[in-house]
Amino acid sequence: MTAPFTGIDFYQLDELLTEEERAVRDTVRDWVSRRFMPVIEQHNRAGTFPDHLIPEMAEMGLLGAPIQGYDCAGMNATAYGLILQELERGDSGLRSFASVQTSLCMWPIWTYGTEDQKQKWLPPMARGKKLGCFGLTEPDHGSNPGGMITRAKRKGGKWVLNGAKMWITNATVADIAVVWAKDDEDQIRGYLVEKGTPGFTSRETKNKWSLRASITGELIFSDCAIPEDCVFPDVKGLKGPLSCLTQARYGIAWGAIGAAMACYDSSVNYAKTRIQFDRPIGAFQLNQEKLAYMLTEITKGQCLCLRLAQLKDQKKLKPEQVSLAKRNNVEIALNIARLARDLHGANGIIDEYPVIRHMMNLESVKTYEGTHDIHTLVLGQAATGLAAYT
Amino acid sequence: MNIVVCVKRVPDSSARIKVGADNRTIDPAGVEYVLNPYDEFAVEEALKIKEKAGAGEVTILALGGPESAETIRKGLAMGADKGIHLKEGTTGRDFIATAQAIAAELKGRPLDLLLFGNKAIDDDGTQVAAMVATLLGLPFVGVITKLELNGRTATAHRPVEGGVEVVEVALPASFSAQKGLNEPRFASLKGIMAAKKKPLEEKPAAAGEPRMELVKLDNPPARPAPRIVGTGKDAVPALMKLLREEAKVI
Ligand SMILES: Cc1cc2nc3c(=O)[nH]c(=O)nc-3n(C[C@H](O)[C@H](O)[C@H](O)COP(=O)(O)OP(=O)(O)OC[C@H]3O[C@@H](n4cnc5c(N)ncnc54)[C@H](O)[C@@H]3O)c2cc1C
Ligand SMILES: Cc1cc2nc3c(=O)[nH]c(=O)nc-3n(C[C@H](O)[C@H](O)[C@H](O)COP(=O)(O)OP(=O)(O)OC[C@H]3O[C@@H](n4cnc5c(N)ncnc54)[C@H](O)[C@@H]3O)c2cc1C
Repeated sequence: MTAPFTGIDFYQLDELLTEEERAVRDTVRDWVSRRFMPVIEQHNRAGTFPDHLIPEMAEMGLLGAPIQGYDCAGMNATAYGLILQELERGDSGLRSFASVQTSLCMWPIWTYGTEDQKQKWLPPMARGKKLGCFGLTEPDHGSNPGGMITRAKRKGGKWVLNGAKMWITNATVADIAVVWAKDDEDQIRGYLVEKGTPGFTSRETKNKWSLRASITGELIFSDCAIPEDCVFPDVKGLKGPLSCLTQARYGIAWGAIGAAMACYDSSVNYAKTRIQFDRPIGAFQLNQEKLAYMLTEITKGQCLCLRLAQLKDQKKLKPEQVSLAKRNNVEIALNIARLARDLHGANGIIDEYPVIRHMMNLESVKTYEGTHDIHTLVLGQAATGLAAYT
Repeated sequence: MNIVVCVKRVPDSSARIKVGADNRTIDPAGVEYVLNPYDEFAVEEALKIKEKAGAGEVTILALGGPESAETIRKGLAMGADKGIHLKEGTTGRDFIATAQAIAAELKGRPLDLLLFGNKAIDDDGTQVAAMVATLLGLPFVGVITKLELNGRTATAHRPVEGGVEVVEVALPASFSAQKGLNEPRFASLKGIMAAKKKPLEEKPAAAGEPRMELVKLDNPPARPAPRIVGTGKDAVPALMKLLREEAKVI
């Protein structure tokens, strides 16, 4: 096999990291190399998530890492970003797992939940004993979640949910679903629905050609009654779910760089060792152009992430800044994966090399958490003040 | 139970090593440094022993330049309690001088177990552990793959040609860890954050008298170009002859 992954740091950005941030990055990198890489291809083939690694991730504190208190590690934005970068260097499905648990479930409970909700859910979620999912997208409402038709009606001291959510990561394995639905006043609110509640079922979406090592499915609610206190008390409107997505998109901006680095790393090794026309193919200008593009875009993406982390820690982060980084970094990661696929020739289509897996995965990453095009419109609005999507 | 683990900062095993301009040290540019992997087994064993006993203190000791503090903190991040950094300007003193400085520091300290890695992967010296133990008058069992404590008695397993040697010693005692002893844990995020707050004593390493001088480091010779001797089974005799007489590997 190829040399162990060592990361790419063309602009000596390591010098901008603290010793702890580097230690966190190196520890997660090492864990991914030693524990995750040996099993990912078999899980990708089978379409399964490596559940047996969840306790190890929890033990290290990777679940809920940026949350303060409640048995969470309380990491800063840079460290959290570096964690997700390293997880996605392994596979976008692994990063998706951590993102959903942390940014889309634990974060809203921590930010919008009551003290009881936090006490009940955050510690076991940090320990990996309870898994979460985030139900926003519906079969007929993806880019336009504000149009959702899932309803929560108040009835006899309970909330009664009706509707369906689709494309939900971890749908069938989650113990707790954060579900967004409209109430009687047409306000979007967040509800905590436990697995096993009568009227709540889930179904796995099979035959994906992307994010195969991540579980995706539907959540179906038919007269599903949940206790009155299972709602986030104060957050109303789209800003509830959108603020969660800002957290998750921040992580994706970092994660995409991880996937890109994996593709670049494999490409450099391949280009130096594959001989054609009596020379390593890395000696040909066309291949060097590909590698130069990869290196340049990875380096630019890393700079975006680091600055984004500073803004996040200083609480100055604007959603459109996150849109820019998510849109850019996922696009260049996908371009890099496609170029890496090319550069590996026929070997680029088999899973002995990680490139085609990353390439397929990144198609999902480009779509979820706001499609590339929707982020284009967000930036267009930031530039002009005119919204193109309403 | 007082456990001291001696660790060394070494280039990562995947680093591509280039000899520096002085022909005596390696060029550190682009080289990542890590806690010596064999020392990591020793740290893990110390932590397991402490956890099993439910009490005790694990101290990480390193002798080396200023960067060695980071290596000590790796051990603290894994869960050790405190560190001792015997500082010096440059690394690369000889084995006996290193051992004397470490022994001078440990002399008189409460100590039940002294653990080392079996070797440091930079110079493959395999000497310091036994030297320190000898200087301190401790029994030493090297290259162990299993360690069990029963009161003040320790039983260690060490692989030998074709079998296992089982050795019993009374504490205090010293051991060096071989691969297979355990599976080192990954540091947790909380452990990494806590490491910086744990006590780390820094003091100059006691000057030991060097007895050896490293004269020269050389890159391995360039590998000769591959040769195709022939094809099919007809080529086997020629290949055997070359392997025997030229490569001298069979
Ligand atoms: C593997 C996977 C996991 C997912 N996990 C989750 C999850 O955990 N929770 C969750 O809630 N959702 C999840 N999603 C759903 C994801 O967020 C949606 O797929 C995404 O928001 C896009 O919605 P859609 O698929 O309905 O596409 P559509 O909204 O139908 O868009 C189709 C195309 O039209 C474009 N488009 C739409 N509107 C406009 C416009 N106004 N102007 C220009 N172009 C437009 C889009 O950019 C896109 O190219 C997941 C999706 C995938 C693939
Ligand atoms: C599914 C599949 C089916 C196939 N079926 C057949 C078949 O039926 N019969 C058959 O004979 N073959 C078949 N092939 C092989 C296919 O033709 C080769 O994969 C193709 O010729 C590329 O060769 P390679 O994979 O060795 O890549 P390489 O030649 O190693 O090329 C790797 C990369 O380097 C680039 N490169 C190579 N040389 C240069 C150069 N001088 N300058 C610039 N760039 C260069 C390439 O463009 C590519 O991006 C098949 C391949 C696949 C994937």
